[in-house]
Amino acid sequence: MANKRIDEATNIETVGHEWDGIEELNNPLPRWWLWSYYASVVFAIGYCIAYPAWPLIEKGTEGVLGWTSRGALAEEMLQEEERKAPILAAISSVPIEQLPQDNAQMRAAIDGGRAAFKVNCVQCHGAGAAGSKGYPNLNDDVWLWGGDLKAIEYSLIHGIRQPGHDETRIGMMPAFGRDGILTGAQISDTADHVLSLSGKGEKNAAGAQLFAENCAICHGAEGKGLRQFGAPNLADAISLYGNSRQQVTNQIHAPSHGVMPAWGERLDPVTIRMLAVYVHSLGGGEDFMENAPEDESVLAAEPDEQP
Amino acid sequence: MERVVSRAGLWFVLLILAVMAMAAAQDSGFAAHMAILAIAALTGLWLSIANADYGAMARGVLRMPSDPSRYDDDPVRWGVIATIFWGMAGFAAGLFIALQLTWPAFNLEPYLNFGRVRPLHTSAVIFAFGGNALIATSFYIVQRTCRARLAFPGLARFVFWGYQLFIVLAATGYLLGITQSKEYAEPEWYVDWWLTIVWVSYLVVFVGTIVKRKEPHIYVANWFFLAFILTVAMLHVVQNLDMPVSLLGSKSYPLFAGVQGALIQWWYGHNAVGFFLTAGFLGMMYYFVPKQAERPIYSYRLSIIHFWSMIFLYIWAGPHHLLYTALPDWAQTLGMVFSVMLWMPSWGGMINGLMTLNGAWDKVRTDPIIRMMVWSLAFYGMSTFEGPVMSVKSVNSLSHYTDWTIGHVHSGALGWNGMITFAAIYFLVPRLWGRDRLYSLRMVNWHFWLATAGIVFYAGSMWVAGVTQGLMWREYGSDGYLVNSFAETVIALHPMYMMRAFGGLLYLAGAVILVWNIWATILGKLRSEAPMTSAAYDPEKDRPAVPAQSAQGD
Repeated sequence: MANKRIDEATNIETVGHEWDGIEELNNPLPRWWLWSYYASVVFAIGYCIAYPAWPLIEKGTEGVLGWTSRGALAEEMLQEEERKAPILAAISSVPIEQLPQDNAQMRAAIDGGRAAFKVNCVQCHGAGAAGSKGYPNLNDDVWLWGGDLKAIEYSLIHGIRQPGHDETRIGMMPAFGRDGILTGAQISDTADHVLSLSGKGEKNAAGAQLFAENCAICHGAEGKGLRQFGAPNLADAISLYGNSRQQVTNQIHAPSHGVMPAWGERLDPVTIRMLAVYVHSLGGGEDFMENAPEDESVLAAEPDEQP
Repeated sequence: MERVVSRAGLWFVLLILAVMAMAAAQDSGFAAHMAILAIAALTGLWLSIANADYGAMARGVLRMPSDPSRYDDDPVRWGVIATIFWGMAGFAAGLFIALQLTWPAFNLEPYLNFGRVRPLHTSAVIFAFGGNALIATSFYIVQRTCRARLAFPGLARFVFWGYQLFIVLAATGYLLGITQSKEYAEPEWYVDWWLTIVWVSYLVVFVGTIVKRKEPHIYVANWFFLAFILTVAMLHVVQNLDMPVSLLGSKSYPLFAGVQGALIQWWYGHNAVGFFLTAGFLGMMYYFVPKQAERPIYSYRLSIIHFWSMIFLYIWAGPHHLLYTALPDWAQTLGMVFSVMLWMPSWGGMINGLMTLNGAWDKVRTDPIIRMMVWSLAFYGMSTFEGPVMSVKSVNSLSHYTDWTIGHVHSGALGWNGMITFAAIYFLVPRLWGRDRLYSLRMVNWHFWLATAGIVFYAGSMWVAGVTQGLMWREYGSDGYLVNSFAETVIALHPMYMMRAFGGLLYLAGAVILVWNIWATILGKLRSEAPMTSAAYDPEKDRPAVPAQSAQGD
C-alpha cells in the first residue's frame, strides 16, 4: 500500500492503514505467544482424549482413563467409609452407657459427634453449643429432659415436640393468660413469685398460692422442675426465654415451646450415638444411674436424678 | 409543527398505556415500574410540546459545545456524565455490601438487605457504569475511525435515554424485590424486552455509521465493538427466553429448567464477562492507548489472530462455572479446555496494548493517563491468566464458591475495566468540552494511586480469604471427619472482609477525585500546578470527512 513507512522509534514498517492518526506496525506474532498458544491447544486435545469430552448421540465420549466425577467421588467416599467402618462398628456394638469404659472408643465417638454437630446442630445451638434465647445451652449442667448418655440419645432419636412422632418428648405449658385461666393481676403475682424463687424478686403470698395451685404439678412445689414434662427448674439462674419480669410474664401468658427434630428420622444410629457422647462430653453430662431401667420408654417416663 | 404533534401524540399514547397498566397491575412492583414509565412518558410529552428548547438549556448548563461541522458528540458527552454518575452509585453500593458482609447490622430490611443490594451493585458497575462507558466511547471512536458522523442521530439519542430507563427499571426492581434470580440477568421480562429494543437500536446506529464510513478499512477497535454488540444481543435474548405469568405482572418463568437452565445461565454469564467486559473494553483500549501514547499499534497481524481466536474460543468456556455439578462430565471438560486455550488469545490484547508503548515507555513516568492504561492492561493480563488457571478442575475444586472468585472478578473489574474507563474519561473530557487540558493532571495521579492501593487491598484480601475458605472447607482431621463448621470459616474470614471494605473505600475515594477533576474541567477551570505531560490534541483535525447538513442533523 502507498502509505507504508518505516517507524523511526522501532525501525519496523507500518501496514499502511491510518485511522484518526492511528497506524499499525507490521510486527510478526511473538514466537513465545504463538508456541504457548499451540501448546495450550495440544494440551486441550490430549485432555479431551484422556477424559470424557465430546457429546455423541447417546452419550458423550468416555475418555481413555475411564474417569467420571461421580465415580471419583464414590471411590473417595468408599475409602473413607472403609477406614472408619471398624471404629463405627465398635461404637455401635456396646450399650451407650458402657462406652465411657473404653477411652479409645470414647475419643473416637466424641470426634465423630463433634463433626456431626457442626453440620446438624450449630444452626440452633450455636458453634460453641452455648445456645441462645429459646435454644438450650448444652455446655452447662442444666437439663430439661435429662443429661445422662441414654437420656440425651433418646432426645436426639425422638426429638422434642416433633409433630407426628409418637415417642417424641413432649410437654406443653398452658397459656394461662391467652386462654383465660388466670387474670392479668394473677399472672403478675405469679411472675413475682417465680422471680422470688431465684432471688430476683420480692416474695408474693398470692403468687405463691397461685403457683401451688397451677404450676407446682409440673414445676414442683419449690419450682425445681420435673424432667418428665421437660418442666424447667425455676429456682436457678437459667431461663430459656429470659428472666426479666416482662419475659417471665409473657411466658406465663402464652408460653413459647421449642421444637427439636427427631434425628432418628434423618441420621443413622451410630451418628446419633456419637452426637450424644459429644454433647455429654461438653461439660454438663450426668452419670448414668446403674439402677435405671434399660427400656427406653420407661426411661423417658422416669427421668433420672441429679447425681 | 406536524412533527411536534405526532411526537407528542406518541408520548401521550405511551402515557395512557402506562397509567392503564399501572391501574390493572397484578403486583405492586409492576405498578411501581409502570408509574416510572408514566413519569418518563410525561417528561417526554412535556419536552415535545413545551416552547422552551430544553436540550439547548441542558447543553448550556453542562457547557456542551455545539458545532455541526464536527462529530456528533452530544450522546458521548451525556454518556460520559452518565458513566461517572452510575459509577459512583455502583462503587458506593459495593462499599455498602462489603460493610454488610463484615457487619451484618448494615442489612436494612427489606429494601436494603444484601440480597437486593448485591445485584444493584453488580448491575450498576457492569451495565450502568461499564455499559454507558462502552456506548459513549464506541460512539466517539466509531465516528473518528470512520471519519463520519453518527448514522441515525435521533436513534443514537434514543439508545442513550432508553438505556438509562433500562438502568432505572432494573435498579428499582432489585430494591422492590423484582428479580428472575439469574446472575447478571436479574431484571424481569418486560425490562428485558425493553433492553432488546434499545440494544438492536444501538446495533443499527453502530453498523449504520460503519456503513457510511469514509475510510477504506474498518479499524480493529470497531471489530471488537461490533463483536460485543452482536454477541450481547444474542446472549441477552437466549438467556431471557421466559414466559410471563401475566402481561400485567412482574413474574415470569424461564424456558430452560434444571441443568439446562444452569448451562444457559453460565453460557450467558461467562460471555457477559467475555464480550461485555473483555471484547468491548478491548475496543476502548485499541483506540485510547495508541492515541494517548501517540504510537502505532504494535502488530496488525496479532490483532487479527487474537481477535478471531478469542471470539471463537470465548463462547465455549462458560461450563467452567459448573465444574463438579450435575452438568455432564463431557461438558465440564470442554468448558475447562476451551478456557485453557483462551489464555493466549486473551493475552494477545495485552501484548498489543503494552507493546504499542515501544518507543514511548518514558511516558509511563511522565503521563498519569498512560500509567493508568498500562496498569489496566497489566490487570487485564493477570485476570486473563488467573481465569484459565481457575478453570482447571483441580484448582477449581479449591477455588469454587470461595472469595477467590470474588477477588478474581474484582482484579479484572477494578483493575482492567475501571482503570481503562477512567483513563478514557480523562482523555475524552477536555476534547469533548473543548478545554486545553484537564483541570489537574496531578489529581489523575492521586486517583491512580488511590485506586491501585484499593485494588491491592481488595484483591489481596480476597485471595487470602478464598484460599483460607477453600482449605478450611476441605480440611479433614486424622479421625476422618471434617474439622470446620461453616460458621468457623466465616469467623476466620472476618479480618479479610474488613480489609476488603477498606480497599473499596480507597477505590471510591479515588473516584471522588475523578468527579471533582472532571467537574472542574467541564466548568473550564485550570488548577495551577507543576505541569505533567499528556497527549497533544488538534481540534482542527478532529472533524468528519463530510460535515452535517444543518444543526438539525442528517
